[in-house]
Amino acid sequence: MRASTVLSSIGATALAFAGLSSAADAQQPKRGGVLKFAVSAEPPNYDCHANTSFAFIHPVRPHYNTLLKFDEPNYPKIKGDLAQSWQQSKDGLSITFKLKPNIKFHDGTALTSADVKASYDRIINPPKGVVSIRKAAYDDIASIETPDAQTVVFKLKAPNASMITNFASPWDCIYSAAKLKQDPNFPQKNIMGTGPFKFVEHAAGSHWVGERFADYFEKDRPYLDGYRAIFITNTAARVNALQAGEVLSEFRGHSPSDREKLKSALGDKIVVHEMPWLCSLVVTFNTEKKPFDDARVRRALSLAIDRWQGAAALSKIALVRDVGGVLRPGYELAASQADLLKFPGFGKDITAARAEARKLLDQAGVKGLKFKFLNRNIPMPYTPVGVFLIDQWRQIGVQVEHDQPETRAYQTSLLNGNFEVGLDFNCDHVDDPNLQLLKYISAKKSTINYGRYNDDKLDDLYEKQTRELDPKKRYALLREFEQHALTQAYTIPTVWWHRIIVNWKQIQGWHMSPSHYLNQDLQDVWLAQ
Amino acid sequence: MLRYTIHRLLMMIPTLLGVAILVFVLLRLMPGDIVELRFLAEGGRVSPEALAVERIRLGLDKPMWRQFFDWITGIFVGDFGISMWTGRPVISEIGSRLQLSMQVAIMATLLAITISIPLGTIAALYKNTWIDHVIRVFAIAGLAVPSFWLGMLIILGLLLGFGWIPPLTFKPIYEDPWYNLSQLIWPAIAVGYRYSAVATRMTRSTLLEVMQEDYIRTARAKGVFERLVVARHAMRNALLPVVTVVGLEFAFLIGGLVVTEQVFNLNGIGKLFVETVSRADYTMVQALVMLVATFFIVVNFVVDLLYAALDPRIRYR
Repeated sequence: MRASTVLSSIGATALAFAGLSSAADAQQPKRGGVLKFAVSAEPPNYDCHANTSFAFIHPVRPHYNTLLKFDEPNYPKIKGDLAQSWQQSKDGLSITFKLKPNIKFHDGTALTSADVKASYDRIINPPKGVVSIRKAAYDDIASIETPDAQTVVFKLKAPNASMITNFASPWDCIYSAAKLKQDPNFPQKNIMGTGPFKFVEHAAGSHWVGERFADYFEKDRPYLDGYRAIFITNTAARVNALQAGEVLSEFRGHSPSDREKLKSALGDKIVVHEMPWLCSLVVTFNTEKKPFDDARVRRALSLAIDRWQGAAALSKIALVRDVGGVLRPGYELAASQADLLKFPGFGKDITAARAEARKLLDQAGVKGLKFKFLNRNIPMPYTPVGVFLIDQWRQIGVQVEHDQPETRAYQTSLLNGNFEVGLDFNCDHVDDPNLQLLKYISAKKSTINYGRYNDDKLDDLYEKQTRELDPKKRYALLREFEQHALTQAYTIPTVWWHRIIVNWKQIQGWHMSPSHYLNQDLQDVWLAQ
Repeated sequence: MLRYTIHRLLMMIPTLLGVAILVFVLLRLMPGDIVELRFLAEGGRVSPEALAVERIRLGLDKPMWRQFFDWITGIFVGDFGISMWTGRPVISEIGSRLQLSMQVAIMATLLAITISIPLGTIAALYKNTWIDHVIRVFAIAGLAVPSFWLGMLIILGLLLGFGWIPPLTFKPIYEDPWYNLSQLIWPAIAVGYRYSAVATRMTRSTLLEVMQEDYIRTARAKGVFERLVVARHAMRNALLPVVTVVGLEFAFLIGGLVVTEQVFNLNGIGKLFVETVSRADYTMVQALVMLVATFFIVVNFVVDLLYAALDPRIRYR
């Protein structure tokens, strides 16, 4: 796909959203109704701080609030959720939040700054036996102060360009300090937040029910009387349920073929939302295994991939579409098309790139290269992309065996280095270099670097961009990072995912975002009859 | 008979112990662990320290023998442990699904028996006539068509024909019979068809065999009505292998409806089995294997007792 096409499609999508949004906004929201939606997996427990999956966010997020959240129609703009206002000091070392008044937990107790402090203390310094997955994101926080019941001050050790965004993370639910004091693991088995919906029922393996919280602090919200998340693991069953109107949406994403099936069956009864997805598929080389310890070999394999043609073809059958570097295409800090084309493997002349790839393999003394390509056994989008990559490598004389073990074996192989080359993914809740670049920095600094390499230059550039508060300077640092990362080619981006959501027309007030982790508190969602 | 019954009951203990050791060891030989899966499979950025905290919480840091000892001693006091994935008691996780699986199994069995015994009998009595051919086609088609595929056809038929699919969530039959049946009748048909095909073939062949026996000829020679010959003399003997097939199929249905449950989005034991194996939820898989093994053993035992009831010549020592 041409970059201009990518940009125009992003633009068209944005315009379409603007159009849809304004049409929906023109209607008067209505109270009442129960939103039924499908979720393709089930949360293992109820603790926001210890979960990583959309399967958790979709049913559980409506019970909670966070300090900040993303302004749904205006992503990535941030707005207050529990916070009425926030201010960062000029030196970037202090962030002060003022809380909204009259916020109540579902048990009727009032929320104060102590609850915010207790929740963040739990994330930053988890008590014994508590799992805090996002602890590292708050390493720069030195202390949390609560001068009064409505004010929370976060003191930082060093400026951090991503810290404000961190506070909008959908995972940072605010819990009751009193409940945490009784049992630090209280949230693991109990739901008790301040969110728009109260917990009613979780029938294991079947469904999750929430009902409207009458004392919710946002006036006249939520609109819905409740919601019912139905767990449907089988893709065909999910699409059938959507087609029959048994559920009105599935908020993770559909494949192009499912979208077409639903469009042809339901016509104008549904609305299709599409957007570049904040998930990339990356090829990771195990640099501890020969010949993948040689940058020339890795770069040759990157050069062999015709990303532009591949993305255009794959987008017809798989939920991928756009070509991008280490950051999502369309994000303001992602490489512009002109910059992207300069990186190895991202040029448009595939004949020249493959000639260079063969030359690099010759220089490295690698002849008749054969390897096993580790891939997840999840059909969409892993299998088609895996098959595509194998075909691309075959075109420079490399023979590849497709190895798709079940997820647990795949994960263990990736983690323990029992692979040569693997297809990995990187999904985040927000466009943020501090998150997406973790896939590329040294293994000693990142728990998700499966390439088992260390590169001080990448780490240094990562650190510099984190501390850089000027967007222009940060952009330049990011390009330097990207140039080095893609030349060394330890881990190489292939194609980015493309999010397709099919909603029944009744659903109003829900806004698409590039992440399936966002916009799921259902506070502003309503049902048109 | 009583001695035999007690002997068979006691024999269940070493069998189940063997199953327990086997499943415990095999599970741990498979690559991957639940902590890695839960925190890393979705792309989580979790430190090794956090993974270690979770492993300790789940008791995975203990030596194997200790884990086995804790589990097996728990079983003896009725404590099957806590699911490593959900943190809820294994018993409640299985209990909430067993009702559905049992109902589908019972409905499919009733359907299969209702269809197969008359059809198998008719096919045998009208051997090599057009009636037999039609029944044979029906039965062979049932054997050839996988239950899940038939399930998919049923769903598609309902969806395209009526714009309707069976309910996606379960309500017990005593709460809402209509809702319950409108959900479960379809998978029962999908599964019951194959089940009835097996039993029809078995009924036909065993009845044909029995009808050649000397005592049948004797009964006819005595002038007994043909209907009585079949019902009283032939059927009782012909049904012995059918009872075995029905029993084993019933036990299989409890945990074996893996794909059919996915197709109909049924929250049953088969679906739970697949999910827990793929999650490496050791405690849950162990309990499910023990449950299914117990079912097979008990059903076999009941079948053996039924043999005695059906054939008075059979006496166990």
